[in-house]
Amino acid sequence: MSNPSAVLEAKPAVEPETAAILSGIQNRGDDKLPAWFTDQQRAAWTQFESLPMPARTDQAWRFSTVGALDLAPFVAARPLSEADGREVLERSTGLDETSGRLIFADDHFLERDALSEKLRKAGVIFQPLERAMIEHEELFRRHFMSQPATLGSAKFAALHEAFVRSGTFLYVPRGVEVQLPLETFHWLHAENAAIFPHTLVVAEELSKVTLIEHFRSTDRHRPGFACGVNDLIVGAGAKVTYICAQDWSDKTLSIQINDTTVGRDATALNLHLGLGGKYSRLESLSRLTGEGAHSDMLAVAIGDETQEFDARTLQDHASPHTFSDLLFKNALNGHSRITFGGLIRVEPHAHFTDAYQKVRNLLLSDDAEANSMPGLEILADNVKCSHGATSGQIDEDEMFYLLARGIPASVARQLLVGGFLNEVLERLPDPVLVAKLEELIAEKFARRAR
Amino acid sequence: MVKQNTTLDIERNLGNFAYPETHTHDAGVGLTEKTIHYISDVKQDPDWVREFRLKAYKTFMSKPMPTHWASKDLEAIVFDNIRYYLSGGTQAKRTWEDVPEDVKRTFERLGIPEQERKFLAGVEAQFDSEAVYSNIKKAVGEQGVIFVGSADGLKEHPEIFRKWFGKVIPTGDNKFSALNSAVFSGGSFIYVPPGVKVKHPLQAYFRINAENFGQFERTLIICDEGAELTYMEGCTAPKFNTATLHSAVVELVALKGAKIQYITVQNWSNNVFNLVTKRGLAHEEAEVKWIDCNIGSRLTMKYPGVVMKGRKARGEVISIALAGDGQHQDTGAKMVHAADETTSNIISKSISIGTGRATYRGLVHVPKHLKNCKNNTECDALLINANSRTDTYPAITVRGTGNAVQHEASVSQVSAEQIFYMQQRGLTEAQAMSLSVNGFVNDLVRQFPMEYSVELKRLIELEMEGSVG
Repeated sequence: MSNPSAVLEAKPAVEPETAAILSGIQNRGDDKLPAWFTDQQRAAWTQFESLPMPARTDQAWRFSTVGALDLAPFVAARPLSEADGREVLERSTGLDETSGRLIFADDHFLERDALSEKLRKAGVIFQPLERAMIEHEELFRRHFMSQPATLGSAKFAALHEAFVRSGTFLYVPRGVEVQLPLETFHWLHAENAAIFPHTLVVAEELSKVTLIEHFRSTDRHRPGFACGVNDLIVGAGAKVTYICAQDWSDKTLSIQINDTTVGRDATALNLHLGLGGKYSRLESLSRLTGEGAHSDMLAVAIGDETQEFDARTLQDHASPHTFSDLLFKNALNGHSRITFGGLIRVEPHAHFTDAYQKVRNLLLSDDAEANSMPGLEILADNVKCSHGATSGQIDEDEMFYLLARGIPASVARQLLVGGFLNEVLERLPDPVLVAKLEELIAEKFARRAR
Repeated sequence: MVKQNTTLDIERNLGNFAYPETHTHDAGVGLTEKTIHYISDVKQDPDWVREFRLKAYKTFMSKPMPTHWASKDLEAIVFDNIRYYLSGGTQAKRTWEDVPEDVKRTFERLGIPEQERKFLAGVEAQFDSEAVYSNIKKAVGEQGVIFVGSADGLKEHPEIFRKWFGKVIPTGDNKFSALNSAVFSGGSFIYVPPGVKVKHPLQAYFRINAENFGQFERTLIICDEGAELTYMEGCTAPKFNTATLHSAVVELVALKGAKIQYITVQNWSNNVFNLVTKRGLAHEEAEVKWIDCNIGSRLTMKYPGVVMKGRKARGEVISIALAGDGQHQDTGAKMVHAADETTSNIISKSISIGTGRATYRGLVHVPKHLKNCKNNTECDALLINANSRTDTYPAITVRGTGNAVQHEASVSQVSAEQIFYMQQRGLTEAQAMSLSVNGFVNDLVRQFPMEYSVELKRLIELEMEGSVG
């Protein structure tokens, strides 16, 4: 803790010769990264070092187990052996039909299913970050890490920027609609590997696209560290659906920073599914910058044993006539903990805003803990805002009803929890996606039963 | 729709006056250990109180300002410019005739004597830091109820006083509770014996009448088993140019089956920092209810709390906050469930006018292995002008199954249709607005005793003047 710079095996000595370290890490993958990029990484490293580690007295980290943020054991990720790589590819099962897939393991690009000829001709770009920054430098640079992390993890955003070496760049030109979802996989493989998955989605005016990302570990009990950033830029009138299905190993420490900018008359929907991880922090920010912008922020977390989920959100209404709706549902078993800290901020002059925020916690065991901090800051007039937070347990009557019909208690509980969480999943526009997420949730329940 | 008008010129008929000060004891400006000794000397404190004060002073000096979460405006308080103790040197009086003439005039403008005769069982009015007037109706005294100033309480009834003093709100609870513990003077001490139900509310009026003078009253109320009490405090203060600090500590103890209702209507002038710590301890089947109305002040930070220590204890906070132009009402509630089957209820309504800012800050805590605890929180905010602001920052912790907690908040403004409707029927826009706002808080105002709800409605009307049109 006291020495957060011991993040990676190639950690700086007393006086960090940052340049050497960074290039050392980057050359490992035989990449030829552009100079502007490595310069930016160096600057980010300096920034990381200058920022303090979060403390529990910081409002943005209240109730969070900041002691879990010990980065000392983690080392830079290396490419997988060929056999391991093949195994990972086999296990990368997602949607049956996609418009394209990218698969990464330990921050190294493994394979992809390319876009169709038609989409490529239309100008859609869906490629690994390290290629995009060379082939589409101007476009990439304009949006890469362009928004500051404001929900508490500025230090980790700097860490991410300093070490990011792989990820996804998705660009959809004006008016192009990508019908089938795009899909990516990020795997954690080696023991104590640190990865920095980056996703940048730029959807131009009136375009439409869906991206689902899977975060998984090859071994359920191997420790690892994931520090990801995903930025979604939704142009005027565009529609973007983003899903992040997180199922890291039960010893993984993860921080995911999401930033969504929603333009005029645009619609953004993002859903974060939290299944795995030991300590998982999600920071999600929706910035509504154009009139008529609409943002749905959804999340489901299922906690078991000593898992901790920490979610911080901001619905930032910077323009009048904007709409945002947040719904987070959490089911907590064992000794698991969840912290939700959310804020609706209606900027001055963002009149005629509608903003909603709802958190529902279902406590399934006596040792589970739920902390909710739903916040509002309203600086405008003619605003409709509400927020609600509840914590409760399974309804005895509902349970009794199912038991009376001969359904075993464990199945009945699962059905009721499934029903509780379903309200969130149903908000997705595509039944195929709902089915996929339900399948992942069922897998988690099956693991618990074993 | 409502036009923007931030040039609010609030006329306070009540409270906008002052009389020349004649203080025999003055601890001077600034706070050092000497100040503490001076206060202890003048008040002839027992040794344990002097030690308590000195310890609290050290705690106060070592604690940082809570600006990592609270308003930065707190930094505007210059502790060195504040006078911590002023006193007329007069002992608490039992009859009206003994009260000095100018003090009487002040109270007469506040309308105390009539109210006392009509409704109230006793009056404990505080003029600056010493209680100058104190009276309990014969009937209440005969029931064994103790109603005295806190200074008398700690001397005359140490066996009850010491047992609970500083137990509900420890010195180190926050920087301002530590400050109060170091320099407290004035305030009430009430003890209601077992089974005694005090029919009429006990009442105390507080006033600040010295520039740059902080008022640090300390109130301790104990209701023994099965006893019931309603206590009311109202605050008005003359307007001054330099910031004034008011930092009170109020501790309530409701023993088994007791009921305490504590009502505050506060109308500080808008240069006052009002930083108050209020907490009640509810034992088995006891009930503590805070009814809190905050109007005026530059910055109010007040989060009445209830610690539900015994089974089936109940806590309630009803809060109305009205933030006028340039004011910040940072109010809320704290509910700590510490036993099975405890229930708590928080209802907060706030109105922001002009550049006023109303903040709800709440804490609900349900620890492990408790059964059948319930909390309900509702916060409604009303924004009057385009540049008005409102915030809500609740923090809710629930552990384990078998408890139900819900929090809801909404933000709205007066509907244009309602205003239009009333204007159609001949009301001016301002009248319509005032009526709407009173309607918004009406269900809470009705919970106040009659004379308070009348005063409250009047105060709201006064605050609303000039906010529209």
